[in-house]
Amino acid sequence: MISFKLEEEQEIARDALREFATEVMRPIARECDEAEKISEEFLAQSWELGLVSTQLPEAYGGGGEARSPITNAIILEELAWGDVALAIAALTPATFANAIVDHGSDEQKQAYLPLFCGEAYHAAAIAVNEPTVAFDPSIPRTVAEPKGDGFVISGVKSFVPMGDRASHFLVVARNNGGLDAFIVPRDATGLSVSKNEQNLGLRALPTSTLELERVELPASARLGGAAGCDVRRLLDNSRTALAAAMVGLSRAVLEYAVPYAKEREAFDQAIAQKQGIAFKLADMHIETESTRWLVWKAAAQLEQGIDATRAAHFARSYAAEQSMWIADQGVQVLGGHGFIREHLIELWFRSARTISVLEGTLGI
Amino acid sequence: MINFEPTEGDRKILDQVRTEALICRKYARYYDENEHEFPPDELEEAKGKPNVYAMFAGRGESDSGLGVMSMLISAGQTWGDYSVRMHRGAGGLGNAALRAAGTPEQNQKWGDVTLAMAITEPGCGSDPSQVQTTAVLDGDEWVINGEKIFVTTGCRCDGVVVWATVDKSAGRAGIKSFLIEKGTPGFVVAQKEKKLGIRADDTAAFVFTDCRIPRDNLLGGNEEVQQKGSGGFKGVMKTFNMTRPGVAAIGIGMAEAALDFTRDCLTEAGFEIAYGGGLHTAPAVVDKFQRLEAKYEAAMLTILRAAWLSDEGEPNNTEASVCKAKTGTAVREITQGCIEILGPMGISREHLLEKWFRDVRITDIYEGTGEIQRMIIARALCGYTRKELN
Repeated sequence: MISFKLEEEQEIARDALREFATEVMRPIARECDEAEKISEEFLAQSWELGLVSTQLPEAYGGGGEARSPITNAIILEELAWGDVALAIAALTPATFANAIVDHGSDEQKQAYLPLFCGEAYHAAAIAVNEPTVAFDPSIPRTVAEPKGDGFVISGVKSFVPMGDRASHFLVVARNNGGLDAFIVPRDATGLSVSKNEQNLGLRALPTSTLELERVELPASARLGGAAGCDVRRLLDNSRTALAAAMVGLSRAVLEYAVPYAKEREAFDQAIAQKQGIAFKLADMHIETESTRWLVWKAAAQLEQGIDATRAAHFARSYAAEQSMWIADQGVQVLGGHGFIREHLIELWFRSARTISVLEGTLGI
Repeated sequence: MINFEPTEGDRKILDQVRTEALICRKYARYYDENEHEFPPDELEEAKGKPNVYAMFAGRGESDSGLGVMSMLISAGQTWGDYSVRMHRGAGGLGNAALRAAGTPEQNQKWGDVTLAMAITEPGCGSDPSQVQTTAVLDGDEWVINGEKIFVTTGCRCDGVVVWATVDKSAGRAGIKSFLIEKGTPGFVVAQKEKKLGIRADDTAAFVFTDCRIPRDNLLGGNEEVQQKGSGGFKGVMKTFNMTRPGVAAIGIGMAEAALDFTRDCLTEAGFEIAYGGGLHTAPAVVDKFQRLEAKYEAAMLTILRAAWLSDEGEPNNTEASVCKAKTGTAVREITQGCIEILGPMGISREHLLEKWFRDVRITDIYEGTGEIQRMIIARALCGYTRKELN
């Protein structure tokens, strides 16, 4: 049945996180970006919300709620509205944990899920990106070769979130012509983690480059065990999540631009009363809405266990294009004020360009 | 729960729509080239077969809502052709106005006939407050004078809902809707319009010269002219909350047809259309095609959103404008882009693509231009009145 109806719990989660984003995230977004430092207090506060553990199985100490890509999309939109860098920092552990839930063997669930059910923020991250031209996550350069019962992995991964402290990395690599993901502990021999990268946007998010030089892993490090896993599905999930964050970012820009345009006067009239600006605002709204429904469609397909690659492709690529466009228009509506760091628009403009190339510039 | 998959029951109906659309498509070119012939009320192939809406009986509560399904059915039908139908549907835009604003007596009297809706005039389109057609009460009759153009189902309707002003000085508040039967003295169908696209569609121009109708034919029965800006006009505009998604659905069906045709051509030519790959893995034409597909998906979802809100009994005024504006742009970009992808083959009248390119162009114009929709959206975003943003 075609329906846009949120479950009651989803509405509650949305409202609670909207408040959290307004009261906790927005006030520190600028400060964290300028300092290029994540707020430890924020990580602790976000952890207390149970964003990561709620959907993990009870057997491993989690909240036992059904894993829901739709709920996650709703959550991410709200958090990213607060700040994209902080949102990704808060949810990076979930990307790792959810991959284990979706694709992991029983042993892997047993070994890793309890890490995320404790009292304190625990980081582990997916390592997808690579520092190559026009990177395509479906054909990584990082390669796994069989050795004995296990594997040897070599390659370079970049923009790995929370790389400064992650205990484990889920490294996507080519394996025998296909794709696999491997759980690499931080202390693995041959793995070196760079100091924090310096990027255009999302400066508050610590990201690292991983160099894997013939890292030897046991057979049990392969996500899904002997059967491996559907990495495409893993990517569909993370693309949809990234797109959801872009919706939040777009909404943030729009909701900032509207009151500004109503306040700012030129030629004896608020600029919002001029069609040139009013139509821009209308289009920003149209595209924010359009993108959200594309995200929900992909998330719903993921939730229902049906093939979501096409929908996730559309969600992610459309979101990338539109969030960048919306952030760009936001700067334009604010004019000179969009260019100075007093307003968050310039931060969002950088965030938009940064988040929209993560995990590869998709076809569109 | 958020869900975008049609149920088995939905699919049964949509499959039937597709079957019929494929039949209708066979006649599409003929009626485009012979615009002065109307497609038959019932195709040969339809004899003895029920209307697709008859399949709605016995649908379960878990099936998609009527508004949502109407959108999918409209899109599915225009995927075949804009004008040709197995069975020509009863009812026009005027019927929607009657249902929205008519008295119970009027609904009983006029409910079963096809009613067109006449708003546009040679000098007024998007701003209906400029309506020049007048209605003057003379005893127990209204006397109507004026011209109307672009009246959909104008030639074949049984009657029409006409917008006329009872008091020009009152602006929009002076505009009332009147029910006028075909054959009323002083009511002349001047001509079938000649158009860029949707040529087979019945679009007419009307002239009213001292056309006298009963006093009871004032839609809704309220003769009082409210004060300027009292919001009386809003009731009239409510008619558009489902007609805007409706015309968007009609447009998107043709855009989908264009995409399907282009996809088949690309595949036949050996291009693989894969999803999830990077920029450098797909040829430029495939990249371009997928961008168009994403626009289609986005527009379709905004239409479903507006219709779903209506099914839920929620206000959808802004969403109706969002989907209309989004689709109006999307279908132009899609059909224009498909022709660009296919090149000279795309402009040949041997194929229907050039027809879809012409046919969709009206989507961003009728039922309120894209600019009007953006005005409505911006007013809602900013909390502006019509006076504050125009």
